[in-house]
Amino acid sequence: MTDVLAITEHRRGELRDPSFEVITAGRELADEVGGDLHLGVISGDVDAFAEDLNRDGVDAIHTVDYGEEFNHDVYAQAIPQLFEASSASILLMPNTVNGLDYAPAVADDLDLPLVTDAVGLEGGDVTEIIREQYGGKVEATYDIDSEAFAVTVRPAEWPKAEGDGDAEVAAADVDIDEDAIGSEVTGFEEVGGGDVDITEADVLVSIGRGIEEEENLPLVEELADALGATLSSSRPIVDNGWLPKNRQVGQSGKVVTPDVYIAIGISGAVQHVAGMKGADTIVAINTDPNAPIYDLADYGIVDDLFDVVPELIEEFGGEAPNL
Amino acid sequence: MKILVTVKEVAEVEDEFQISGLDVDESYLEYDLNEWDDYAVEEAVQTSEENDDVEVVTVTVGPERSEETIRMALAKGADRAIRVWDDALEGADYLSTEAKAELLAAVAEEEDPDLILSGVQSGDDANGATGVALANKLDMEWAAVVNTLDLDIEGQVAHVHRELEGGIEELTDVQTPAVLTIQSGINEPRYASLRGIRQAQQKPLDVNELGDLGLDESTLESDIERTSMYEPESEGDATLWEGSPEETAGELANFLRDKGVVDG
Repeated sequence: MTDVLAITEHRRGELRDPSFEVITAGRELADEVGGDLHLGVISGDVDAFAEDLNRDGVDAIHTVDYGEEFNHDVYAQAIPQLFEASSASILLMPNTVNGLDYAPAVADDLDLPLVTDAVGLEGGDVTEIIREQYGGKVEATYDIDSEAFAVTVRPAEWPKAEGDGDAEVAAADVDIDEDAIGSEVTGFEEVGGGDVDITEADVLVSIGRGIEEEENLPLVEELADALGATLSSSRPIVDNGWLPKNRQVGQSGKVVTPDVYIAIGISGAVQHVAGMKGADTIVAINTDPNAPIYDLADYGIVDDLFDVVPELIEEFGGEAPNL
Repeated sequence: MKILVTVKEVAEVEDEFQISGLDVDESYLEYDLNEWDDYAVEEAVQTSEENDDVEVVTVTVGPERSEETIRMALAKGADRAIRVWDDALEGADYLSTEAKAELLAAVAEEEDPDLILSGVQSGDDANGATGVALANKLDMEWAAVVNTLDLDIEGQVAHVHRELEGGIEELTDVQTPAVLTIQSGINEPRYASLRGIRQAQQKPLDVNELGDLGLDESTLESDIERTSMYEPESEGDATLWEGSPEETAGELANFLRDKGVVDG
């Protein structure tokens, strides 16, 4: 029997969505390899978390009541012990910022082959893992020729597990060596602020790397003005300091749900898509017809933004700036 | 103090491309310094400028071609560079996180740095795992996805912010020596000056083979094998407006009017 251990995630007292997604991914894989699905829940109010995590398909939940918030030194010590105590062979973890803060260390300690950011898993004699490369332009399959392995799964690729479960919940017998904790979480900080809340906007004109230079920003500012829309952006624009952090849409920025999202010069990296896929209508303007943004868009113009946007501004009686 | 920066030359795929075998055909790839590593180099160079006696050393695993990329990091202010390569690496189809971390750890053990900076991920493979695996092999502390670094050299503590999802940062203190994986946006990477580029040609760039690091081909063995690569089928059913910019802009304008986004 090949059991699966999936690690859950919480922050500031609440379980995060990837916790319920690893249950779905873990159940699928456990069914294919013919084993049980175990969950590990570490730190925080583990009893309350375990109650919420007890969903259809979960066989056992192991709790580690140590500390309040995520600390990778605690996770890195607890998970190998849970893995061995549960007799699991497959370790599933969320491919989140915190997942990537412990998964490589845990895989190394357990001497498990590690594949990160899986978007598909297929069990069998050899487990096949699908992942994206080159910024989402291609997919590749990886075969793991080992019964035991570790994999991190991309958030939002599997549906969240639902339904009541009847898993056995038990406190795990885990020793944490305090002397081996060399990092300390001292607090949290919200970023952004500012006077504009892009999450409230009905229409967003959003700009990405395709704008090329800061000097070209007035072009999209003029378009946003002409449309009465709010200007937002993908990560590179904020990284370059061209727009403030509170304008960033994406995994590490804001999640937005406007009626219309006009993505200009944005390729559609997965981190960006995580923030805007809930928009009612998505329009993309991009020169690359293979850009991942077109997998998501409802409408598109495959052309140079520097040719299309000035025409659009004129349509609404504005005047395109001379760049 | 000494800061070791892991640097990778990454491949970028052109808009139109073809796959041959298990990878994108070489003729459609362009090579550049990994974006996240550029921020890591900048963070190290800024630290060396703000403090006395800081040496910045880069380490890369890559073929001779990658020296152009390494020289770019030297031109931006790194003091010297180490490149790891040999015939066994040339023939390896897939280099696992484990193998990369082993190679880098062997160099780090020789260099004995006080701090190691690494990009959060690479633009091509995007595993996002090498830095933390490296820390674990070296028995060092670490922090992943760092977007603010306040280094207390005397106190041997790195006060960092880790960029979490949803616009939240975690404030963490990490004991050094440590590996920090650096997120884009932590600073503003400089352009290499002409003077810097000239100076970079004179800076030391050592090449190590596996044997030089006390390793052999078994380091490269992996249970993971890439078995296919393909262009994903488009899931999209976007309506594409076609024509001149004037025509397509007109279509979009009409759509926005119909939708009630704008009047008239």
